Amino acid sequence: MAQQRQFNPYSNNGGTILAIAGSTFSVIAGDTRQTEGYNIQTRYAPKVFRLTDKAVLATNGFAADGNQFVKKVRQRLEWYRHAHSKEMPIRAIARLIQTMLYGRRFFPYYVYNILGGIEEDGSGAVYSFDPVGSYERETCRAAGAAQSLVQPFLDNQIYFKNQTPPPGQSFPAHLPLPTVLELVIDSFTSATERHIEVGDGLEMYIVLARDSGLQGLDGFQGVTEMGATPEGEKLFVLRRNLKRD
Amino acid sequence: MDHFPTNWGRPRNDAWDPYATYPIHQRPNNAPKDAFADGVQRTQQPIVTGTSVLAIKFKDGVMMAADNLASYGSLARFRDIQRLHPVGNHTVLGAGGDMSDFQYLQMILDELMVDEFAAADGHALGPAEIHNYLSEVMYARRSKMNPLWNSLLVGGFKDGKSFLSYVDLLGTTYSASTLATGYGAYIAQPLLRRAVEGREHELTADQARKILEDSMRVLFYRDARSLDQYQLATITKDGVEITESRKLETTWDFAEGIRGYGAQTQ
Repeated sequence: MAQQRQFNPYSNNGGTILAIAGSTFSVIAGDTRQTEGYNIQTRYAPKVFRLTDKAVLATNGFAADGNQFVKKVRQRLEWYRHAHSKEMPIRAIARLIQTMLYGRRFFPYYVYNILGGIEEDGSGAVYSFDPVGSYERETCRAAGAAQSLVQPFLDNQIYFKNQTPPPGQSFPAHLPLPTVLELVIDSFTSATERHIEVGDGLEMYIVLARDSGLQGLDGFQGVTEMGATPEGEKLFVLRRNLKRD
Repeated sequence: MDHFPTNWGRPRNDAWDPYATYPIHQRPNNAPKDAFADGVQRTQQPIVTGTSVLAIKFKDGVMMAADNLASYGSLARFRDIQRLHPVGNHTVLGAGGDMSDFQYLQMILDELMVDEFAAADGHALGPAEIHNYLSEVMYARRSKMNPLWNSLLVGGFKDGKSFLSYVDLLGTTYSASTLATGYGAYIAQPLLRRAVEGREHELTADQARKILEDSMRVLFYRDARSLDQYQLATITKDGVEITESRKLETTWDFAEGIRGYGAQTQ
């Protein structure tokens, strides 16, 4: 009889991530609670990571795999920087992530990734991945513990699913930044109410396209600028408290 | 965190527990097994185990506590084991889980510190470096399906900064101002959070010592794998200080009044 391997190298550390693309911006958000079972391990463990000044990666699932994966992606981006004297564009980062995930097809990183940022053509982009590398570009995506609570809300509020526009009018293809940020905050406060693995803190990274102004970001309290590209893309972070119970 | 070290790392069934909310996390797998099937033995379960480690931040640094017991299943096998280990002059490592794996880690770290000392480059490894090194070792071993069966706390103080982080057999890491492993994650962590959160920069060493002592006492009352002998480590700008093992003061006179469990006649 083959030896039984009882050791399970995986765990699930809860939490939820979310990203929404606008026409000239991208918002990537995640809560900061890390759990295992019924325990809150810590109230602050970031799940959203700056890769470049115009690309941000959110990871969710098994935290140890997530941190290790982000470390390796950053290492590859640094090598690219040294080889080509420029930052890797986001569609290339997306393909890199798919290759790195699929490279571990038979011992996967148990991580759901969402990549957000600004495309070379200046449009806001969101790429979402499964643990073995299947990916697509989307307008919005939620993943993690409260995915099943948040994604239907986004389908309704971003894609206007199950809504009919007033006669003679149509729904906008992209929403303005302040509207999107309010939707993100509402998504996480609601998820915090109904899911025990979500809460404590909310971290929102905002990437603005070049020559697009602040797009109403100045109306929000506590915005911190995290960096800017030579071409003019800007990166900000916005933090909010979530309920800690 | 599951408090039974024998259950750590065993699979949960996602089919009926997709959100990991079922209250009883895992049970021992008693299916027949042949440890010699492929000639190589890997750690499938911890044998001689230590229970909780507690640690908190306070005004001047970090304080950590662990009892002196190493259990063999339910047998209190070794009653004078040190589970707090100094690493260099700025760091203390506290361990729960398999004690032989912990002693192996001590050996690795001591070798590392000798190598670093021999380099004589004017740099010393601080708690952050030690923790990162340990997390890589633990994650690499879990990735080889041959884990070091521990949950570890790394506490330290260097360059004016407190450091307190956790790492376990899966390579999972996190930091907080209060940390507890094993059974302590259930029983002591809420007490520690109530006492410490938001007051990390006010608590004196005496207050911190009292918080940890009270929590160790609660653990001794409730954790069947614990002991009333424990050690305290304090890490401040003055370096590492680990006390001799000390005894908890406990009272049991309330037991007189308990009815309904034993062989009382009335």
